[in-house]
Formats: sequence, structure tokens, C-alpha cells
Amino acid sequence: MASVFEYAPAPESRSIVDIAPSYGLFIDGEFVEAADGKVFKTVSPSTEEVLSEVAQAGEADVDRAVQAARKAFEKWSALPGSERAKYLFRIARIIQERSRELAVLETLDNGKPIKETRDADLPLVAAHFFYYAGWADKLDHAGFGANPRPLGVAGQVIPWNFPLLMLAWKIAPALATGNTVVLKPAETTPLSALFFADICRQAGLPKGVVNILPGYGGAGAALVAHPDVNKVAFTGSTAVGKEIARTVAGTRKKVTLELGGKGANIVFDDAPVDQAVEGIVNGIFFNQGQVCCAGSRLLVQESIQDELLESLKRRLSTLRLGDPLDKNTDIGAINSEEQLTRITSLVEQGEAEGAERWSPACELPESGYWFAPTLFTNVTQAHTVARDEIFGPVLSVLTFRTPDEAVAKANNTPYGLSAGIWTEKGSRILAVANKLRAGVVWSNTFNKFDPTSPFGGYKESGFGREGGRHGLEAYLDV
Amino acid sequence: MSDRLTVLKTYKLYVGGKFPRSESGRVYEVTDSKGKWLANAPLSSRKDARDAVVAARKAFGGWSGATAYNRGQVLYRVAEMLEGRRDQFTREVADAEGLSKSKAAAVVDATIDRWVWYAGWTDKIAQVVGGGNPVAGPFFNLSSPEPTGVVAVLAPQESSFLGLVSVLAPVIATGNTAIVVASEKSPLPALSLAEVLATSDVPGGVVNVLSGRTAEIATPLAAHQDVNAIDLAGADEVLAKELEIAAADNLKRVLRPQPVDYAETPGIDRMTAFLETKTVWHPTGSLGASGSSY
Repeated sequence: MASVFEYAPAPESRSIVDIAPSYGLFIDGEFVEAADGKVFKTVSPSTEEVLSEVAQAGEADVDRAVQAARKAFEKWSALPGSERAKYLFRIARIIQERSRELAVLETLDNGKPIKETRDADLPLVAAHFFYYAGWADKLDHAGFGANPRPLGVAGQVIPWNFPLLMLAWKIAPALATGNTVVLKPAETTPLSALFFADICRQAGLPKGVVNILPGYGGAGAALVAHPDVNKVAFTGSTAVGKEIARTVAGTRKKVTLELGGKGANIVFDDAPVDQAVEGIVNGIFFNQGQVCCAGSRLLVQESIQDELLESLKRRLSTLRLGDPLDKNTDIGAINSEEQLTRITSLVEQGEAEGAERWSPACELPESGYWFAPTLFTNVTQAHTVARDEIFGPVLSVLTFRTPDEAVAKANNTPYGLSAGIWTEKGSRILAVANKLRAGVVWSNTFNKFDPTSPFGGYKESGFGREGGRHGLEAYLDV
Repeated sequence: MSDRLTVLKTYKLYVGGKFPRSESGRVYEVTDSKGKWLANAPLSSRKDARDAVVAARKAFGGWSGATAYNRGQVLYRVAEMLEGRRDQFTREVADAEGLSKSKAAAVVDATIDRWVWYAGWTDKIAQVVGGGNPVAGPFFNLSSPEPTGVVAVLAPQESSFLGLVSVLAPVIATGNTAIVVASEKSPLPALSLAEVLATSDVPGGVVNVLSGRTAEIATPLAAHQDVNAIDLAGADEVLAKELEIAAADNLKRVLRPQPVDYAETPGIDRMTAFLETKTVWHPTGSLGASGSSY
């Protein structure tokens, strides 16, 4: 990759993590084989190396896990909140202790840079457990009335882009409120959830409170449809989210969905350009753009388009793409061949529809799944790359003249998850933020997360909130 | 009393602040609990439902953008206007629900009081369900509730007036706009309420009232891509499931039917069901070692 500075390789050692050649399902406190004996391989997307062979949950395993969770529910929900809190504090602490190991593991299994797993994913995972641990004995004061009750067994299906963080977002509030859990991690990133199962054992968590079922979509669908599941939480694509909403129709299951997005990052002519460029880069290239709240549509005020794009292109030329374990790496691997195919096909469609494609000079490794940071200019609102969620390192640039036009374009999408505003004018920030139909708005920053801060979408980006006091509601019978 | 022939009212729909007949030209007979003819009510069509969605969407910007104080005053004005027409509604509720005059009057009083209750909520709900979040970084982080958008409301079938207002008022108190499908059997109190709304400074299109077959009107509303949410209070189990499946197409927020005692003081659930939470992050800057960097 052409760059201003040459760096010597600085790889983080993978010796800190010991990946077993095979893993079972984690049901009722034990690692067990799938009922039908099926297994699947999980590979490192940066090298295509097989990391481990993992048991593949089927319908019978889902049923077994739900039964285990149901059995565990009675005692777990009856524990004093202060005791549940201590289990969660233990988990938070063990995650902190093992955070480097987990960061390396996540980078290997997911393909994202160690810089991100080490500095973003893992600290947020520990913080999330620590935050919800504190709620467990304070639910009377959370604004849902006295003695709010848990729902029962929570069926949770999580994606591959932030495997352990999404697990934390799901499991921490569920356990704090007294529910028990059956969680299905994504088929391309099962390992950190299985390591988490080990953490539950180290923490002495009662058997059956957390059950982990690696598997494919079929297992997720069976979990969602299981009659003894009281709560469904899903993070993933909007198409699957709609299917889940249909599945639970007519039942009493409570549902929260955190789905896709096509976030607008709006840059006004008075924005500090260098700061905005950093925010744009973070907004769309963080985790290779495989982020539901990515700022994948750049809306730039026409008068500064040339200056901003020049700076942005210069900055993109300095991004380092390569070995995710290298501490200098900015852009890691795409999570799977399937996802790479999807990104490639959408980008080709963008070109075919007449948008102008640009990438910095960028050498891609020989093996693994890679995609160079990509910009599209001359994009109209009708272009596929301006409408569809690409879930990759691809930014579509559109322009506007007035704040009203910026707002209209930003809201012109069925999604409504995130948005960014870059301007030095305080009143403009507030006025524009007020009009954006999105669940999270970042002004003069982007992609910030915190366990105290509710996260979730408007419109087809889903419903319900995760994080903060709001996140409790999803797991309480209120 | 003289033998004067009374002037009967033509009951009409309420869409976009106007009182149209159904575009289909259809009506159906509404009777009291003993089967005596009361009126011919409009039998709304799919087209009426779609027109109502357009009106509700058009009204959303203004109503959601109005100050909470202003919305509170408008809702209070509804109570004032209702108070003046208490006798009319007592008669209509008595006919609709087969109640004695005194019981019907109690229902109407409770309904008026319900408007007052929700009028007071408009500028308080944001403080109850929103607030600042103490994030671990130099950011001011604020979560605020915002209205979901256009909400289809299937009014309860039995409680034709108190139930109706108990499901409608929370939807508009928070800044949503509504399309209400009146009780199929007893639509007259709902259609008369429209006349009250029209004279209470509620902007046209904020509330749209349709009468007819619940299933026929609700089906296109549940499937409509420009409706953001649906309250299924007035749907039976079978219809509710069908509508919930249709609503999944654009991920409408769905409030499932549940047993409710409308005489009780409501909680805030019917408001929060149709609120989104928006969280905005602002950098706060920080005082650097060398002086100010904010």
C-alpha cells in the first residue's frame, strides 16, 4: 500500500489466545455436541485459515437450550437483585482481566483490526456488563413502577460485526433484570461467545442462565419461533428483522430489533475540515464499514465539496490496510466471502449506474477477504449506492445547498438509525438534529458508544433501545 | 313539547379537517343496543383510508413541531368544547352502549377528564422518559422522546367513547398524527367527536376519523408504507395477528390488543408505545493543561 510513512510490521502476538481445535454448544453449563452431530468450521477472514470446528445447533438443540434456560429462570429471577449484580460485576471484571486475549481472538475470528478490538470492542464490552450489573438491585427506581418483573427466557440472535459487544448488549441487561438467555452468535464469528461461556463458568454463574448456540440462520429462526421463548432480541439485517416481526405476530413475545441503516453524515460549509475528515473516515471505515450505524452517505455542502473531497482523498491514501493483528492497521479484512461478494456486487452496480468510483492506491493481500476503501462521487439519491446498505468500506458522496435540503436528503431513506452533523454553529446543530429522523445523532463526532447511552433506530432500522435506563424496558414485563 | 320534526344529522367522516362522505358512496345502518335505527354512517373504503394517511402525514410536521405547551392547550380546549356538548354525547353514548342516562353521563364525564389528563402530559412526558446520559467521555449526551409519526388507531369496539379517547389522546398528546377507525357497531360518538376536534384548534389532519368495517379499513392501513405504527385495540385475535403480519413489512410499531379497564387512570404506556428515543451526542471540549480548548 502506498503511504507517506513506511512502518515496520508490529503484530500483536496471538500466543495469548489458545483456540481449541473444536468447541461444543454451551447448554445448561456444559459444552455438548449438537444432537445431530453437525459441525462447521470457522475461519480467519484475513487468511482463510481454519481456526476451529464448532458444533452446529439445530432445532433439537434449541429446544434443549430453551428448556435449560426455563429451568434456570425460576431460581435466577428469584435471586435478590444484589446477588445477580455481583455475578455481573464478576463477569465484567473477568472480561477486563482477559481483555487482551479476547481482543486477539475477536480480531482472528472477525478480521477487524486489533486497534479496534483492543481499544473499542473490549472496553465497551466490560463497561456494558459493569453498567447493567449496577441496575440489577435498583430496578424499583428505574421508572417502571415498583418491583418490575422479568419476562422469562430471552432468545437472542446477534451479528458478526461486533460479536462480543453485541453479546454484551444482549446478555447484560437480560441477566440484570432476571431473565435467562439462549444466544445464537453468527456462524462466521462463534468463538468469542464460546469464550464468554467459559467466563460464565469462571464467574460461577448458575447453570442454564446463559446458553450459547453457535449455528446458522435456521437455528436463529427456530429460537425466535420457540413457543417457550418470552423475549426476542435481534441485531442484524432489516430483511431478517421483518421476518422475525412476522414470526412473533399474534404471540405475547416482546421484541426488540436493531437493524440496518444508511446514515447521513452532513458537513456544512463552516465545519472544521480536518476534524470533519477524521469523522467521515471513522464514520465509514471503522470496522471496514460493517457497522449498522455507519455514516455511509456523506452529504457535503456544495461550496466546500472540492476542498473536502481533496482532503478526504489525501487522508484515505494514508490508511493502512492489511494484517488485522498489526497494531498499525486501520482497515482489516471483510468478515466473509459472502459479505465481500455482496459489497463487490453493490459497488459494481454503483459504477454501472453512473456514479464515479475512486479508491486510493492500495495493495490487497493475496489470501483472505479484502476490499479497498472506496468513494463514490456524482451520486444521486436514486442510485443504489445511495439507497441500499452496503455494509462495507464504501462511501457515497452527495451534495446539498441549504440546511433544509440536507435534512430532506438525510431523511430520504426507509432507515433511521444514525446521522452526523458537522458545523461550528450551535443553533444549527440543534435545529438539524431536531429534524433528523434517526435514533442516534452525533454532532461534530461520529460512532461514539457508551453503555449509558440508548441506541436504536427509527423506521425500518428497528425498534426498542439498547443501553441506558431505556435498555431495561426491553427485558421487563412493563 | 311541540310536534316539531327534529333535524337529523348526516354523520360524515373527518379527513384532513374536512367532513367528506365516503368516496365509495356507501353507508351502513347504525342501530342502538335494541336494534332501533340511529343513523346511516359512512362505510369507508380503502381509498378513504389512503386519503386519511395522506392527510395525517401532511399534518405531522406542524403538529410534531408545535410546542408541547401548545399541544397541551389544544387538548385542554377539546375538553372545554366537549363539556359544552355533554348532553349530546350522553345521549349518543347511552344509545351506542345501551347505558342508562346517568351511567352514560358518567362515561362522558370520565372522557372529558381523560382529555384534561393527557393535556397535562404533553409537556411532562419528555422529562419523565428522556434525560441526560453520563457517558464516559467529554460529551454532553441527551436522550429525548419524539413522536413515531402517523399512527393508525383501531378504537375499542365496546367502549365507543371513553375507550376511543383513551386510545386517541395519548397518540396525539405526544405529537403523532392519527387515523382512527371508530367502533364498527357504535361509530356515532367518534364521528361526533370529530366535530368537537374541528372546533378545538386541533389542526386539520392531526386526527382523522373513519367509520365502517374495521377489518376492511384496517387491512390497508396495516400494510400502508407511510403509516409508522398501529394500535390494535379494536381488533379481535384473528384480525390482530393478520394485521401484525402486514405491519411487519415496514416495521410498524404494533400495540397488541390487551384487556384494559378504561375507567381506570391510564399509565404512560400508550404514550411511550408511540414514541421514539433520539440520542444526540455533543462534544463538550475540555480544559487542557495549557488553558482553554473549549
